[in-house]
Amino acid sequence: MRTLFLAASLLAFWLALSGHYTLFLIGVGILATVLCVAAASRMHILDEEGQPTELLLSAPSYWFWLYIEIAKSAWAVTRVILHPSLPISPTFTKVRASQQTAAGQATYANSITLTPGTITTGVDGDIFTVHALLKDGADDVEAGAMDARVSKFEGTA
Amino acid sequence: MEMISQAAHAASWVLIVAGSFFLVAGALGMLRMPDVYTRMHAASVIDTLGATLLILGLAIQAGFTLVTLKLFFVLALLFFFGPVASHALAQAALYAGVEPILDEDRRNRTVPGDTANKDATPESPGKSTPTRPT
Amino acid sequence: MFYVATGAVLIALLFAVIRAIRGPTVFDRVLAGNTVGTLAILLLAALGFLTGRPEFLDIGLTYGLLNLIGTFAVLKFFRIGDLAYDVTDEQEKSAWK
Repeated sequence: MRTLFLAASLLAFWLALSGHYTLFLIGVGILATVLCVAAASRMHILDEEGQPTELLLSAPSYWFWLYIEIAKSAWAVTRVILHPSLPISPTFTKVRASQQTAAGQATYANSITLTPGTITTGVDGDIFTVHALLKDGADDVEAGAMDARVSKFEGTA
Repeated sequence: MEMISQAAHAASWVLIVAGSFFLVAGALGMLRMPDVYTRMHAASVIDTLGATLLILGLAIQAGFTLVTLKLFFVLALLFFFGPVASHALAQAALYAGVEPILDEDRRNRTVPGDTANKDATPESPGKSTPTRPT
Repeated sequence: MFYVATGAVLIALLFAVIRAIRGPTVFDRVLAGNTVGTLAILLLAALGFLTGRPEFLDIGLTYGLLNLIGTFAVLKFFRIGDLAYDVTDEQEKSAWK
């Protein structure tokens, strides 16, 4: 099932990038797809960690929510940058990730990093070390709104 | 129809100008920030908001074609691999012992629900080897 | 309007290059290099529209992937000093001794 999904999405990717639909190019595309899928299954990465297809359905709403967060904090960081006195208050903090799966934890860590103003600098089990540009950012991460949102997103799988 | 295309044109104008603004602001932040960790925050403004707004503006110009699809592939590339590169960079800098300029260090705070890390020594984390769950 | 985008990307590139030259640590330079990569993708996209040849986007995609690999290669090199280093390799060697 996952194998089929990977093959279909790879072939669609090939067709979208190529834009020419001759027999030869489609044939080469199918060959490349088969090679990639064979390599992936030999590496045993076609599991729910490497190919979290269950998350795809609820992904758009999560991405939309994440994008709003990114826009808000990017604006905050931009204001700090353009402020003449550069009012930064860099803070290191630790938070606990409540996700159950590796894919969920990776989503949370990447979401923290993707949000301007906070970067995940280390992952130790389910404890994340987070560097924040502003104290407010560290407080927000500690408050755990994003953690709860990612857990909800993960739970829909 | 004419109205719609003009509105789309105006919207893409606004998006492209806003994206350009965030690009320059992020790059300026890279110059102004005092150390590597804070500079990474400025760089992530470029990677996220600047790039998205610019690419959205270009996508509106392109209309519904393969070009738009490719623009969104570029965006997906930035959004999936950008944080991976930032994380690797921050971890490498910490590992190499580049000390961050800090206002407040809460790394030794007790994390709610944390039992495994109680007796860990949080000082000089730059030197500690990151342990991975097996 | 594509001129605005191209100009903004070029200004941002200038800042990033200044950061790469000023350093001071190697990580600042890697960060600046990574940002230059991102900006190069955006520059390719904007230039493609400016010249009416959006095919440049394919080059941009490739450039993005190369940029990621390049960043990792440089980081690994400065952490270990050897690109071919493999932890499992080391364990096997010590097991043989």
